[in-house]
Amino acid sequence: MIRIDNVSKRYGGTLVVDGVDLTLASGGLTSIIGPNGAGKSTLLSMISRLIGMDAGTVTVDGLDVTRTPGDVLARRLSILRQDNTMTARLTVRDLVAFGRYPHNKGRLTVDDGRHIDRALAYQRAFVAMVLCQDTDYMLFDEPLNNLDIKHAVTMMRLLRRAAEDLGKTVVVVLHDINFASCHSDRIIAMKNGRVAEQGSPEEIVRAEVLEAIYGTAFAIHMIDGQRIATYFR
Amino acid sequence: MLPEAKRKMPPLGILLVAGAVALVACALFMTLGAKGSWSFILPFRGKKLAAMLLVAFSIAVSTVLFQTITNNRILTPSIMGFDALYALIQTGFILMFGAARVSSADPRLMFLVECGAMILFSCVLYRWLFSGAARSLHQLLLVGIIFGVLFRSLSQFMQRIIDPNDFIVLQDRLFASFNTVESDLLGIAALMIAAATLVAWRVAHTFDVLALGREMAIGLGVPHRRVTTIILVVVAVLVSASTALVGPVTFFGLLVASLAYQVMPDSRHRHVLPAAVLFAMIALVGGQIVLERIFAFDTALGIVIEFVGGLFFILLLIRGAAR
Repeated sequence: MIRIDNVSKRYGGTLVVDGVDLTLASGGLTSIIGPNGAGKSTLLSMISRLIGMDAGTVTVDGLDVTRTPGDVLARRLSILRQDNTMTARLTVRDLVAFGRYPHNKGRLTVDDGRHIDRALAYQRAFVAMVLCQDTDYMLFDEPLNNLDIKHAVTMMRLLRRAAEDLGKTVVVVLHDINFASCHSDRIIAMKNGRVAEQGSPEEIVRAEVLEAIYGTAFAIHMIDGQRIATYFR
Repeated sequence: MLPEAKRKMPPLGILLVAGAVALVACALFMTLGAKGSWSFILPFRGKKLAAMLLVAFSIAVSTVLFQTITNNRILTPSIMGFDALYALIQTGFILMFGAARVSSADPRLMFLVECGAMILFSCVLYRWLFSGAARSLHQLLLVGIIFGVLFRSLSQFMQRIIDPNDFIVLQDRLFASFNTVESDLLGIAALMIAAATLVAWRVAHTFDVLALGREMAIGLGVPHRRVTTIILVVVAVLVSASTALVGPVTFFGLLVASLAYQVMPDSRHRHVLPAAVLFAMIALVGGQIVLERIFAFDTALGIVIEFVGGLFFILLLIRGAAR
């Protein structure tokens, strides 16, 4: 369970995350949605201790993320950010093998080899690396950015499978409401640094809720038993 | 196409070849054109050789590690104002005490003071930046550039008001030269370099992870701030030791590090670090042989290195190969 307790973050004079209280239960796929600047990515970065918070605490299974040694946390929680550029020249296999670093500190074992082979089946190297890290909690910051339709669907199915078959707790920041609606167990909607709404897709993907969050008109359709929001005209 | 042919070689093969070439260069340096008694030549050249090997090791390792923690391939410790600080310290000493007194002071004491000042400088700068509001390495680098300009301007100012005789002495000290190695310093420099290497060895397993970038390193459980601080201190010690031994060689580290990245098939540190060290040794020892035997000591190795390194730097910039 990830517990977020009164967490705030300020960039300069701007309050980006404003006293968020949130509990992310173990298991399932949780999507975080919201307009630009709502604080989604910042919140995810604080949960994964990439940036520090100005106030509040985050605990993962009772471990305070700012105090727990990095390698202990890295065996429980993994994070993938949006832009991953690097100067190092590596083969995909070498990159994916870094996912085992929290477990082996750079000395590959036979068991690591099996993990790597399994993860290599996924086409996207950085995602494979995170899967290879094999943590209970997996955080993804806009993993669908720059993906075409086919790859986006594959990605969401993959995350769905990680949650369902492997029992992982997957938290994803998404921009596409319909992906969130079709694949999530739970949706958290943020606005102005606060949690505006949270609940199942049935509770969140409603015209009046989405209109309040995004400030634009929505129409909700039931298609093949899924709630699809349209907002294009 | 030498690079293509080399690329097909396994990393270990490249390292073995480079190691053999380095050994041959060392042997040649010790024996070539030897006239006179061996009991004089061997210790005399041995000191020079030891200094060159120490400097090659320090510069190669410090540059590669610095590029790893800053995630770039074009900046070197000199960007942090290290060579400029060295020049400033030298100029300051000579301005305050005069060339005669500085020359007659215990070189080991001078060495420790220089090293201490440089380590202190880098630690203070780093701490200050990382405890402040912004924690970006880019800011650190920008501040380094500004400091470099400040130090350079300050030493230029002092050089204007210095006694012309002292200035000649100073100018000689500020050019890298392997002919004026202070042999008294070899022992203490070797000790410091060994200590720094030992510290670096203990965090060596994080090097490759750090090269992936800050966020990914944290995600993979590396205590990023602590490890980068340790590595920065190691870099400071290595650069101080080599600068104090032979003077500033700005582009040399860039030269050998880039060469190592290009020649090695992947950028894992266990391949790149030894390659950079071996290339540095080959370049320094080989260069010194050419200098002594062909140019008959007419020029300083530092000048040759800066010339080649500067050209290489421009080439890198133009090709945009380095980020």
